[in-house]
Amino acid sequence: MDILYTNLLDLNWQMLVMWAIGGILIYLAIAKEMEPTLLLPIGFGSIIVNLPNSGAITQIVDGVAEHGALSVLFDAGISNELFPLILFIGIGAMIDFGPLLTNPKLMIFGAAAQFGIFFTLCVASMFFDINDAASIAIIGAADGPTSIVVALKLGSKYLGAIMVAAYSYMALVPIIQPPIIKLLTTKKERMIRMPYEPKEVKKITKILFPIIITVITGLIAPASVSLIGFLMFGNLIRECGVLNSLSETAQKVLANLITIFLGITIASQMQAENFLCKETLLILGLGLVAFIFDTAGGVLFAKLLNLFLKKKINPMIGAAGISAFPMSGRIVHKMGLQEDPQNFLLMHSIGVNVSGQIASVIAGGLILNFFM
Amino acid sequence: MNINPMAFIDNLYYMGVGMLCIIIVMAVIIAVTAFLNWITTRK
Repeated sequence: MDILYTNLLDLNWQMLVMWAIGGILIYLAIAKEMEPTLLLPIGFGSIIVNLPNSGAITQIVDGVAEHGALSVLFDAGISNELFPLILFIGIGAMIDFGPLLTNPKLMIFGAAAQFGIFFTLCVASMFFDINDAASIAIIGAADGPTSIVVALKLGSKYLGAIMVAAYSYMALVPIIQPPIIKLLTTKKERMIRMPYEPKEVKKITKILFPIIITVITGLIAPASVSLIGFLMFGNLIRECGVLNSLSETAQKVLANLITIFLGITIASQMQAENFLCKETLLILGLGLVAFIFDTAGGVLFAKLLNLFLKKKINPMIGAAGISAFPMSGRIVHKMGLQEDPQNFLLMHSIGVNVSGQIASVIAGGLILNFFM
Repeated sequence: MNINPMAFIDNLYYMGVGMLCIIIVMAVIIAVTAFLNWITTRK
């Protein structure tokens, strides 16, 4: 009979708290549809790894390591950055750079909206060593794979908390951004119309764009080559026109498959002894700071440009420069419509949003250049 | 956990250089993209 309850005796309250956290993540994923593709596997995984003596993670029994499946997956796909990079191929294949290519000037907002990353780096450095602070700051990239790669390369101890913060705040973009945008803009500014002038973008431009971006970024921030290279490789598959089947596979099957493994494998880092600490709460707070200052950076930069421009820009589109694609772009469009039902900002905001994707990867590369 | 307020000041350098670098890179990308558009659409 002992065998039925000896394991139960190893259960502690910290594990129960982690089950509750897992339950909350599953609830948010299902009931609120918040990033369900990642929060659900992470939530379920956090329950699996917090069962006493869980066989899903490597345990030391009598001095011998008994390998668990999630630990093996972590070593095989996360610690060597393989899963997030492969996911980037899928993301690259999903992105249409068309709106950006018709008005490349909008890309500058993608840069401005990375301000939250660097500001959070300064704030986080007051509490953490510089490598952990940089890994936490990159939550502001609003880009899961970039956060994973940077945190791994910098050897952060807080990968689990960083991931939960990154994906949770991405899901919360529709709640976080509107109040910040409203706080920083007047109604008159939010009503500024920006007529969209569609321009023809040649196929050759769409093909050369990912190659050129990879070369430019790689020359300036070599640490970002794998990130930007995989993203742009995915996009090249999409735009070349002769690999439609591969493009479709990358967008759907490959991205879905990696997402399943990524979420549940990340959860292997959410063991109670690592996760339940005051640092986790601080990381969640700092992640929010990063998202707020990203949004503010984009909006304020647009307002600054308006001081010098004859044809004014709606400053709300600056907020779409964070890389939470396409949510951020849609929010700005929706807010424009709320102020003026004839104000269609979608093409501009999506263009800025896509540039945020590129800029966040470059920001990740710069952070790696600084601290590796 | 120790709090080191001076670290904020010390790391403002990275904030300045980081933002400057990212704006320069994006400016280069904008210029190259505009050139690419111009060269592929000219008649």
